[in-house]
Amino acid sequence: MVTIASASPQRRRPRIRPDTRIAFLYLLPAFIVMGIITFYPLLFQTWMSFTDYTLENLPPRGTAPAFIGLDNYVRVLTTDLNLPNYDFLRILVFNLWWALSNVVIHVVLGVLIAVLLNTQGLLFRRFWRAIYIVPVVIPPIIVATVWANMFDKDSGAINLALQGLATLLRLPPETFQADWLRQVSDPIQGLSFLPMAYFALLVANTWLGWPLNAVVATGALQSIPKELYEAAEIDGAGPVQRFRNVTIPYLRPAMLPYAIYGFVITFNLFYLSYFMSGGGPFGKTELLVTQAFRLVTEQHVYGVAAAFAVIMFFILLALTLVTNRIAKTTASYAD
Amino acid sequence: MTVTELSSERRLPRRRARVATAGRRDRPSPLKQLLLQLLCLAIAFTVLFPIIWIVSMSLDPRDISRPYELTLIPPGASLDAYIRVWNQPSPNPVSFLELAKNSFLLASATAIFSVAIGVTAAYAFSRLQFRGRQVLMIAVLAVLMLPPVATLAPLFVQLNGINIDIPQIGLEFNLRNSLIGVGLAITSGLLPFAIWNLKGYLDTIPKELEEAAGVDGATKNQTFVKITLPLAMPALAVTGFLGFLSGWTEFYFTSTFLNKPEDYTLAVALNSMVGAYATQTPWSDFAAFAVLVAAPVSIVYFGFQRYIVGGLAVGGVKG
Repeated sequence: MVTIASASPQRRRPRIRPDTRIAFLYLLPAFIVMGIITFYPLLFQTWMSFTDYTLENLPPRGTAPAFIGLDNYVRVLTTDLNLPNYDFLRILVFNLWWALSNVVIHVVLGVLIAVLLNTQGLLFRRFWRAIYIVPVVIPPIIVATVWANMFDKDSGAINLALQGLATLLRLPPETFQADWLRQVSDPIQGLSFLPMAYFALLVANTWLGWPLNAVVATGALQSIPKELYEAAEIDGAGPVQRFRNVTIPYLRPAMLPYAIYGFVITFNLFYLSYFMSGGGPFGKTELLVTQAFRLVTEQHVYGVAAAFAVIMFFILLALTLVTNRIAKTTASYAD
Repeated sequence: MTVTELSSERRLPRRRARVATAGRRDRPSPLKQLLLQLLCLAIAFTVLFPIIWIVSMSLDPRDISRPYELTLIPPGASLDAYIRVWNQPSPNPVSFLELAKNSFLLASATAIFSVAIGVTAAYAFSRLQFRGRQVLMIAVLAVLMLPPVATLAPLFVQLNGINIDIPQIGLEFNLRNSLIGVGLAITSGLLPFAIWNLKGYLDTIPKELEEAAGVDGATKNQTFVKITLPLAMPALAVTGFLGFLSGWTEFYFTSTFLNKPEDYTLAVALNSMVGAYATQTPWSDFAAFAVLVAAPVSIVYFGFQRYIVGGLAVGGVKG
């Protein structure tokens, strides 16, 4: 009796939409503003993408652009833009690889360093943790411009350090040096889509990316009950087995959403590519975001840029749906 | 937390501790501790290396345009480079303070505005049941998914269309080519971010207090103003600060929209020092400028990162 009586009000759905009027009042200011400066421009952009909008059509003195249907989309996707070094498919493939390779490195390094920091009895733990968070707090545009200098061919700290190392080993000073950001020949034979600049960008972004992953991993590591390790040890599991069978299953539910978030952030990471390699050599390190920026600021082809942005929207939508699906299907009992 | 862990461990009788935890919880041997510390030091060195290098260049008294050897500790220190970039960092005739003033105005105005009108929308999404909730939330999320670059073209074109020309009094105003226009463009992406981030925080505040207020006869408005808003103050501060951070060094709109030197921001000046069309800037000047731009926000961020970093994972940042 009692259970039935207490269960039934819970099962009944809450009164249907009692707050609609007040909710709209609360939403009104934000949605009026977004309507004018966010949603209307996005609709306008969709219209622009079907026209040949360029500098000559700019208001207030410009003429109306001509409607050209899907022409912009076809030209963007089939690499028919009369732009040097533009290749849509190459940009997309590189962009996906860029995000994936970075996130894998960030997560692995982040977890390993979190495990190191979590070692029982480690001295000065809080001190190290505070230092490791430093890259996160520096504005990204500063990070990118500083790393551009770091990898400079003649005066960059990387090459100067490598020069010192070579001198130390009594080798010619330029033994280990490279023109990191502009070298044209491929560092790895057969992988011409990964120029030297990619590896320089990878180093800079690794510096930037692992600390937040370590923070997330540290939080997850601290939630693992110590008894599990003891039980595993009693059952005869070695350190590697304990890591595989205890640590990783517990880390995954915390790390996976964060890795997906990191993937999207890295996919859209503008500053490193723009300021370090400038998309070069030959546009090989161009990303979708930097290409979109160039279409507006360098080429002034607003119609094409609009189509490019719409295509980007659908790519990001697809990525979001796919990554969410991956997160769901790989969820385990530990989640 | 670490401190209590260690001290309680120390109080345990040695033998019992060793037996009970089969060696796992023991302090590492001195050799292992030394190796661990060296490893930590090596990692810290890679983290701090670019920072030490840039600070060293900014203070180097030798006044060299570009370094020819790796110097992490300069021979002496001088503030010459700082004085130069304080007076005029880029070829444009503007001082650091003027640039910083524009950046500060843009960043604080857009952050405060976005948080102020975003918080009521976030409250509605987090707490109220209403028709169309799903659709509106998806609309906000869809915008949030787009990087700011993707709205550059329409905002440029549309803001450029708003002009006030009164030749009689010499007034020639183009909304695109003004800090107000750039502020609107920044808000276009920042407001959805503020709504989503605040909603994420509000979702973590227990509902019991608000329900209790409701039982006591408070209206929804009273509950929001007297209960939720005070509880959400830290979230407002964090969201506002994240907005401020992205505005302080905003690059896409400021570099594309503005072409009057008196409107220039820190990011525009930085771009004209090191960007694709930069003239030869001495590296000591660039280094000093980078330190001046990064230090104020980085130090504040570093002080509050405990409260902020957790929120990053919840809300996600745009910019």
